[in-house]
Amino acid sequence: MTPLAGYLLVAALIFSIGLAGALTRRNAILVLIGIELMLNAANLNLIAFWRYGPHPELLTGMMFAIFSIAVAAAEAAVGLGLVISIHRHAKTTDLDQMNRMKG
Amino acid sequence: MQEAISFTPQLSASLIAEILWLIPAVPIVASGLAALLKQPRRKASATLAIGSLSFSLLLSLVAFRHVVSEWANGRATREVVNFAWFQTGAVNVDLGWVLDPLSAVMLVMVSFVGLLIFIYSTGYMEHDENYTRFFCFMSLFAGAMLGVVVANSLLLLFMCWELVGLTSYLLIGFWYQKPSASAAAKKAFLTTRIGDVFFLLGIVWLFSQTGTLLFYNHGAGSLEPFALAGLLATPAALGLTAAGAIGLLIFAGAAGKSGQFPLHVWLPDAMEGPTPVSALIHAATMVAAGVYLIARVYPLMQAGALAGGTTTALTVVTWVGAFTAVFAALIAVAQNDIKRILAYSTVSQLGYMMAGLGLGGVAVGMFHLITHAFFKALLFMGAGSVIHGCHEEQDIRKMGGLKADMPLTFATYGVGMLALCGFPLLFSGFWSKDGILEAAQHWSVAKTPFYMLVFGALLTAFYMTRQVAYVFFGYWRGGKPAHESPAVMTAPLAILAFFAMALGLIGTPAWPWFRAFLDGRAASFAWRGFMEPGLLALMCASTLVVFLGLGLGWKLYGDRSPRPQEPDALERVTPLVWGWLRDKLYVDEFYGVTVIAFYEGWARVSDWLDRRVWGGVVAGVAWTFGLWAQLNRFLDNNIVDGSFDKGCDELGVGGGLLSRMQTGRVQTYLRLLALAVVLLAAILIWSSRA
Repeated sequence: MTPLAGYLLVAALIFSIGLAGALTRRNAILVLIGIELMLNAANLNLIAFWRYGPHPELLTGMMFAIFSIAVAAAEAAVGLGLVISIHRHAKTTDLDQMNRMKG
Repeated sequence: MQEAISFTPQLSASLIAEILWLIPAVPIVASGLAALLKQPRRKASATLAIGSLSFSLLLSLVAFRHVVSEWANGRATREVVNFAWFQTGAVNVDLGWVLDPLSAVMLVMVSFVGLLIFIYSTGYMEHDENYTRFFCFMSLFAGAMLGVVVANSLLLLFMCWELVGLTSYLLIGFWYQKPSASAAAKKAFLTTRIGDVFFLLGIVWLFSQTGTLLFYNHGAGSLEPFALAGLLATPAALGLTAAGAIGLLIFAGAAGKSGQFPLHVWLPDAMEGPTPVSALIHAATMVAAGVYLIARVYPLMQAGALAGGTTTALTVVTWVGAFTAVFAALIAVAQNDIKRILAYSTVSQLGYMMAGLGLGGVAVGMFHLITHAFFKALLFMGAGSVIHGCHEEQDIRKMGGLKADMPLTFATYGVGMLALCGFPLLFSGFWSKDGILEAAQHWSVAKTPFYMLVFGALLTAFYMTRQVAYVFFGYWRGGKPAHESPAVMTAPLAILAFFAMALGLIGTPAWPWFRAFLDGRAASFAWRGFMEPGLLALMCASTLVVFLGLGLGWKLYGDRSPRPQEPDALERVTPLVWGWLRDKLYVDEFYGVTVIAFYEGWARVSDWLDRRVWGGVVAGVAWTFGLWAQLNRFLDNNIVDGSFDKGCDELGVGGGLLSRMQTGRVQTYLRLLALAVVLLAAILIWSSRA
């Protein structure tokens, strides 16, 4: 069986990729994708800790992950909806140009 | 009624059984690839579809040969390959596939007829701009249908069943620009869904009772004696056992798919799709899936029957089938659309198959299914050839005299028509229909189904004669002269015509090969098979009925060529009855004033509730809040604001300072956030060390 650290390393890797993507990309959709990656890395951690935790026979970890996936889906829908309405309004998805909320 | 069959259980499956899953998988993958092709890549998509189905046919033939040779060596095989799909908590869900005579026969039939229809379609759909999409859907259908056939789990069967329903919807609505086609597609989807809801209930019930949905699993499957005994011991409502009730629920699903009364209404409308679709899906294979399903779960349907007896579920199947057979044949008499006649004829023949299953067991119903698949596909493709040749005309009153213009189509259509009528000795339909009639004659419960089925046979001969007389005899009544179809369309017709005749040979009373094969008994040739008491008399009687139908039809319609405006020959005899039949016995209208009217009424009630009651409540609440808000505004304006304004000024100054940080760039914030997380992590690690 793969040791727990393997899963955690993969999850950390996915998280870092997602973070790098979210920080460096200018396209709003790609930033959203980065955020999704980070969320899924967290899901992977949830499942891994559940499987290696004291009570793997209870379905708690899986339930948690399923809820988290559902929430992530809702979040992606909202995010994409925002991107689309911003695109309609501003004709761009470039984040650097969307700075009208500055103080 | 057949006795229980003992198949040799096989612990290790043979190689061909192990790779049986490839048969449905390859066309599905091909369909996925075709979906990626661009619209102009016509040749590639047709090649993919035909190539993948040829591969399936090849594998099916190998599988069939394997089963036959095992059987010839005295070992009736039923090989299953099961695997766990998923497990959650204590619930295991297994899927699998099965290779036995029933699935082997059906595999060969579906892939062979399907392949011929694919080849025919390359000619028929030649001028359609959505050629690639057509073949993508068609191979998805073929794969799903083959999946229904090989499934060894009710769940896998249900998945493929729904896929088949989906492709049927997509293909009926293939010309979605036509409002009638998209309406027909929706009607088909919704009507079959009604049956499927019951089917799903049956599946869930079966799962909750037996804990497995596998059919056969070395004694632990849901169709094997142990599970059946448990089902029989569980009482359900109305004096039924759980086995009977689940059987009836599954039959409701089969009735939806196979167009049994009262769920038959979608099938005639489904003729809005392209003709090859009608031939493949709505005549030869998909509509037969319901019949196949009943044959597959036959041990469940039959559970609890005493020797030679019958069960409630099978009695219901028989009555529904026999009634549908006569009912649809009556309507077919008075239709004028060449495809609609065939559609009602299909409904009627499906009724025969169901009745055959209920009366005589798996082999009787399945034999009619196989022969019907060949000659009905032949008839539909012939009709397609006629429609193609007559420049997309479908009204038989505007055709006529085509036997000179389209000799090949005429000859093959004639073969199909005689096979459907059950013309004696030479044609397969005679033997399969006779098998059903013989079983009906010996049924212990009632004799009425027998007379209904005989009457149906008379009607069949009559309406087919009427159609052929209108289309092929007399003189041409259309506009532009008709032309024969290209060889790519007529060659499959000729092959099917050959099988429409030859297939009868494997099911004659003298050599009941097919029946013995399905029942796992040895087949032997003996002329005295004809000598069973009453059999010859029955054959003579059914011959007489066929000739009576043919003669009546020819007397009324032969070589007449009535003009399109002229009333039909039968209309002059009984205008009242004719009107009823022409209007399809008002089933659609009945649904219109009951189910649909109920829904419309209910929608109106909901609308009223929404507008008046809930709307009123909301408006009342809003009004109350409005009043409250007025009061609050007064308080705000005069008391709160003064002190607040002062505070706001102070905050404004502070905010002005902080707002420098708000660049408005999202990623700057994100960067800050990430930095904070890193800091936090560092602090946590550091403090845990200390």
